[in-house]
Amino acid sequence: MTQADLAVAASEPGPGVAVAVPAIAGRSPWRLAWERLRRDRVAMVSLVVIVLIFASAIAAPLVADLTGHPPDAQFRETGLTPDGLPKEPSAEFWFGTDDLGRDILVRIAYGARISLLVGVVATVLTIVVGVIVGLAAGYYGGIIDTVLARAVDVVLSFPFLLFAISLVSVTGPSLWVAIIVISMFSWASVARIVRGQVLSIREKEYVEAARSLGSSDARIMLFDVLPNVLAPVIVYSTLLIPIVIVTESTLSFLGLGVPPPTPTWGGMLDESTAYYRQAWWFVVFPGAALLITTLAFNLFGDGVRDAFDPRSDRLTAG
Amino acid sequence: MELLEVRDLHVSFPTPDGLVQAVRGVDFTVRAGTTLSIVGESGSGKSVATQTITGLTRGARVTGEARFDGDDLLKMDGEALRRIRGKQIGMIFQDPLSSLHPYYTVGWQIAELIREHENGTSKAQARARAVDLLKLVGIPYAERRVDDYPHQFSGGMRQRAMIAMAMAMNPRLLIADEPTTALDVTVQAQVLRVMRRLQVEFGTAIILITHDLGVVADLSDDVVVMYAGRPMEKADRREIFYSRHHPYTEGLLQSIPVPGHRVRLTPISGQPPSLVTPPPACPFHPRCPYAFDRCHQETPPLRPVNMSPTHLSACWLPLDPDGRVQARDELHRRRSGSTGEGARTDATSVTAAPSRTATSQPSAGA
Amino acid sequence: MSARIPITTDSRREPSGEVLLRARDVVKHFPVGGRSLRGMPRDMVHAVDGVSLDIYRGETVGVVGETGCGKSTLARCLTRLYDLTSGTLEFEGQDISTLSRREMRPFRRHMQMIFQDPYGSLNPRRRVGSIIGEPFAVHGLADGADRKRRVQQLMELVGLNPEHYNRFPAEFSGGQRQRIGVARALALRPKLIVCDEPVSALDVSIQAQIINLLSDLQAEFNLTYLFIAHDLSVVQQVSNRVMVMYLGSVVEVAPADPLYATPRHPYSAALLSAAPVADPDLAESRERVVLMGDPPSPVHPPSGCRFHPRCPKALPDCSEMDPVLEPRLGDGPEHLAACHHPLADDERLPVGGAVEAGIPEEES
Repeated sequence: MTQADLAVAASEPGPGVAVAVPAIAGRSPWRLAWERLRRDRVAMVSLVVIVLIFASAIAAPLVADLTGHPPDAQFRETGLTPDGLPKEPSAEFWFGTDDLGRDILVRIAYGARISLLVGVVATVLTIVVGVIVGLAAGYYGGIIDTVLARAVDVVLSFPFLLFAISLVSVTGPSLWVAIIVISMFSWASVARIVRGQVLSIREKEYVEAARSLGSSDARIMLFDVLPNVLAPVIVYSTLLIPIVIVTESTLSFLGLGVPPPTPTWGGMLDESTAYYRQAWWFVVFPGAALLITTLAFNLFGDGVRDAFDPRSDRLTAG
Repeated sequence: MELLEVRDLHVSFPTPDGLVQAVRGVDFTVRAGTTLSIVGESGSGKSVATQTITGLTRGARVTGEARFDGDDLLKMDGEALRRIRGKQIGMIFQDPLSSLHPYYTVGWQIAELIREHENGTSKAQARARAVDLLKLVGIPYAERRVDDYPHQFSGGMRQRAMIAMAMAMNPRLLIADEPTTALDVTVQAQVLRVMRRLQVEFGTAIILITHDLGVVADLSDDVVVMYAGRPMEKADRREIFYSRHHPYTEGLLQSIPVPGHRVRLTPISGQPPSLVTPPPACPFHPRCPYAFDRCHQETPPLRPVNMSPTHLSACWLPLDPDGRVQARDELHRRRSGSTGEGARTDATSVTAAPSRTATSQPSAGA
Repeated sequence: MSARIPITTDSRREPSGEVLLRARDVVKHFPVGGRSLRGMPRDMVHAVDGVSLDIYRGETVGVVGETGCGKSTLARCLTRLYDLTSGTLEFEGQDISTLSRREMRPFRRHMQMIFQDPYGSLNPRRRVGSIIGEPFAVHGLADGADRKRRVQQLMELVGLNPEHYNRFPAEFSGGQRQRIGVARALALRPKLIVCDEPVSALDVSIQAQIINLLSDLQAEFNLTYLFIAHDLSVVQQVSNRVMVMYLGSVVEVAPADPLYATPRHPYSAALLSAAPVADPDLAESRERVVLMGDPPSPVHPPSGCRFHPRCPKALPDCSEMDPVLEPRLGDGPEHLAACHHPLADDERLPVGGAVEAGIPEEES
C-alpha cells in the first residue's frame, strides 16, 4: 500500500455515500515528486546556486557595465604587472586579470553563458533524439529495435575525442560544432535507458487496456508510454547537464570548442596553464566556477532522483 | 502449554506522511502443537505483527512483549534472535524466492543451514538430512533434485523446499505468512497437506497468516481476526465460522460465495481504513452496518462472548446470542426507517437508481 | 440475523439463443528459447491449442484453470489483442479472425476488457477523468464538457465519487481502482466484456463489491461476460456456463450447476475437490483428491489426453488417443467433456492415487 492510499482511505467516504465533497484536484506524481524535492535541503541549496549561476550569465553585461570592463577589453596599463604578467585580485579586478590583462570576473560571467547554453541546448538535443530512438526501438521491437540497437552500440564504441578533433579540423571550431558533437555522442545512452523503460512499460496492463480500446500506436506512445519514461529521463538530464558542461570545457581546453576571444571556462583554463605558478587566481576562479556549477547540478540531480524514486514512496503494512 | 505469548503489541512506522500505526494492541497465544490463524485483509497488521516478533521489521517503533518459552523476543539482541530464528522458529513466506538464494542449489542451502546451527555435522550428513527433508515435503526424486537450483523448481516445489528449509532444525514454531496465496488450488492442497502432516508428526506449532477463510477452515485450531491493527474477534475455529459475534467477521464470511448456494453476496461497504489516521474508537464503525453511538465514542475491549472464556469479541453489541440478534435487528430497523433505503448500501446498489443511468451511456449506434 | 437474503430469481440472466462470439479451433503458440540459425523458433509454447466456444448474448461464461492453462491468453485471443496462430473468430456473424488493427477498431467498441491488476491496469500518470474518458477520445465520440459529463456519470454508475474526476490512480484504494477499470470498460457500452481475473487481486470484502457491481451492470445493460478466474467459487457465483481448461485445451464445458455437481473430467473433479471451502465441517467431511506433481510444461505437452500423466484414472489409451470434447455418459448437448474414462454420477476419484510413483518430470 502506498502512502497515498493510506492518506486517501482516510479522507474518503465509502462509495455510495452521497456526500458532496468539494472537488479535489489530485496530486499528480509530478507534484508529489516536487513536494519531496522541496523537503531535500541539499537539493534546494543546489537549486539556488544553479539559479544564481543562470542569473550571473544573464547579468553578464551588467557586470561588465558595473566594472567598466568589457569581456574582451585588454587593460595593458592597469591589468598587467610591469613584467606583463597577470595581476592578482584587487579592488579594481576582483578576481584578478589574465595574461592579456582582461578581467577574469567579467569573463567568468560571460563564460557561464557559453557553458549553460551548451549545457542546456546539447542536453535538450540529446534527450529529444534519445527519447525518440528509445521509444521507437522499445515499442516496436523487431527489426526497428535491432537496427537502432546496433546504431547505439556503434555510437557508444566510437572514439569521441578523435572524432571531435577530426571534425573540427574540417569545419573549424565553433559553438554549434561543439553542441552537435556532444549531442551526437550522448543520445545513445539516453536511448538505451528509454528503451529499457519502454520494454517494461509495454508489458503493463494499462498499455494492453489502451490497445483493447482501439488506441493507435502513436496515441499509446504519447499518452501512456512517454509520461511514464519521463521521470528517469528528467533525472538523467539533470545529471547530464554537468557532464555536457565539463565536456564543452574539455573541448575548449583542447581548442576544439568555441574559439577565442569568446570567453569560455575551458578556454580560460587552457590559457592559464602557462601561468599557474605565478597567477593562482587565473586557474582557481574559472576552475571553481566549473566545479561549483557541476557540483550544484549533480547534487540537484541526486535530489531529483530521490524525489522520483518510488522506493522512498512505499512502505509495507499488512 | 503456551509456547508463544504476545501481549499488548504495538508497532508503528514513521513515514513522511505521518506515523503508520500498523499494529495497535494485539494479544495472542500459541499453544504447543496447535495452529493459530491470523486472518485479515491487507493493512490489517497481520504480517507486521509476526514479522516484529521475529525481529524482521526494521525502523519500527515497537512496544509490548512476546514471550517465547518464557523469554521476551522483543528484548533480545540480534544475535540471540537469529539463533532462535531458524532453530526454534521456522518461517515461510508467500514468495519462496525471498528465502532461497538463486545461485546455490536447494540442497546446499538446506545443508548449510543445518551446519550453521549444529556444529560438528559433516557435509555428508547434512546433505543426507537435506534429502530426507525434501522427501518429507513430497519433492519427487529428492536424491536428484537436491542438486537443483531454485529456478529449476516449479512454484509449488519451491514452496515445499522452503518448508523443508524452515523445518530443517525441527523448530517448535512455524510461522507461515500467506504460504499458499501465490499457488494454484491443486498445489495449495498439496502444500497444506504437507504442513498438516508435519504438525502431526513433529508437534510443531503453526502461526498461519492468511486472508483466505477457506485455508483457515482447513488448517487451524484458534483464529484471530484482525482489522486496522487490532484484533476484532478471537475464538476457536468452529466458533468463528458457526457462531461468530463480530460484524467484521460476519462481513468477511458473507463476502465469499458459498458453493452451491447462489445468492447475492453481501459485501462490507466502504474502503479499508487509513493506518495513519485510523478511525477513532472501534476502527470498524465507519463500515459497520450495526454501528451505534457508543461505537464511535469508546473503543470496545475484547470481551467474552456468551460467557465463553475462549471466544472474545471487540464489539459493543450484546454478548449473548439473543440479545445480539435483537440489538442488530433493532439497529437495522431504526436505520432503514430513518434514512431510507439507501442509508446502508453497498456501493453497487447505486446502480439501482435508474434516473442516473438512463443518460449515462452513449447509445450503441451514436 | 442472516443477511444472506436468497433472491427468488437467479442472479444470472437467462441467455438468449443468439451467438455473440463464436470461436473455432483457436490456436495460439508463442516462440520460446531463441531461434535457430535459420531463424526458425526452436520451441513453441502451446498456450492455447484448439479452443472452440460459443458465447451467447447475455450470458456469463466462466473460465477456470490453473496458472499456465492458457485462460488469459485465450481472453486476449478472443478480443484480438493477440493475433491467432490459427482458427476463426466470428463476432455477431462477422469474421474478425484476421482483421488488421485498423479494421478491428469498430469492433473494439463492442468488446472490452477488465484486467486483473488494479494497480497495473491504470496509467499512474493520468487523471482518472482522462483514463475513463479515453474510450471517447479514441473513438472521437465526445469531448470537452460533454466528455466530462459522461465520465462523471460513469463514475457515479460504478460507485465512485464524481468529484474525484481530477485525481490520480495512486489516490484510490485497490477496490476503487478496479471500479475505475470497470467504468472504462463500460464507457462505450460494449456488448461483450472479457473479465480477466477481475477480483483476484482484491481483498475479500472488496471482491464481493465488485462481483455485485458486475452482475448489476450486466442486468442493466444486457452485457455478456467472459469471466476468467482461478477461484472456483467466484466463477460458480457469476457464471451460467463454465469451461475448464488444462494446458491450453478445454477439458470440460457445461452449465455451472451440473459441472460443479457432477464433473465428468477427472481434472475438473480434482480441481473442485482441491478448492478450499470456508466451512470447517464441510472441509473435514469431504475427501480431497490431491493431485500429485505439477502441470507439465506447455512447450512439450503430453500426448493424447494432456492430463493423463497426473490422472488417477489414466489407462493406456489415454496417452495414445486425443479425447474429443463431446457429451459423455448420456449428458445433454450442453455438457461436454474430453475424457475417455469420464466419472459416473456417483463415482469418486481415487484419493491420492496411482500417480504417486509416476510423477511427471518437468524440464529440469
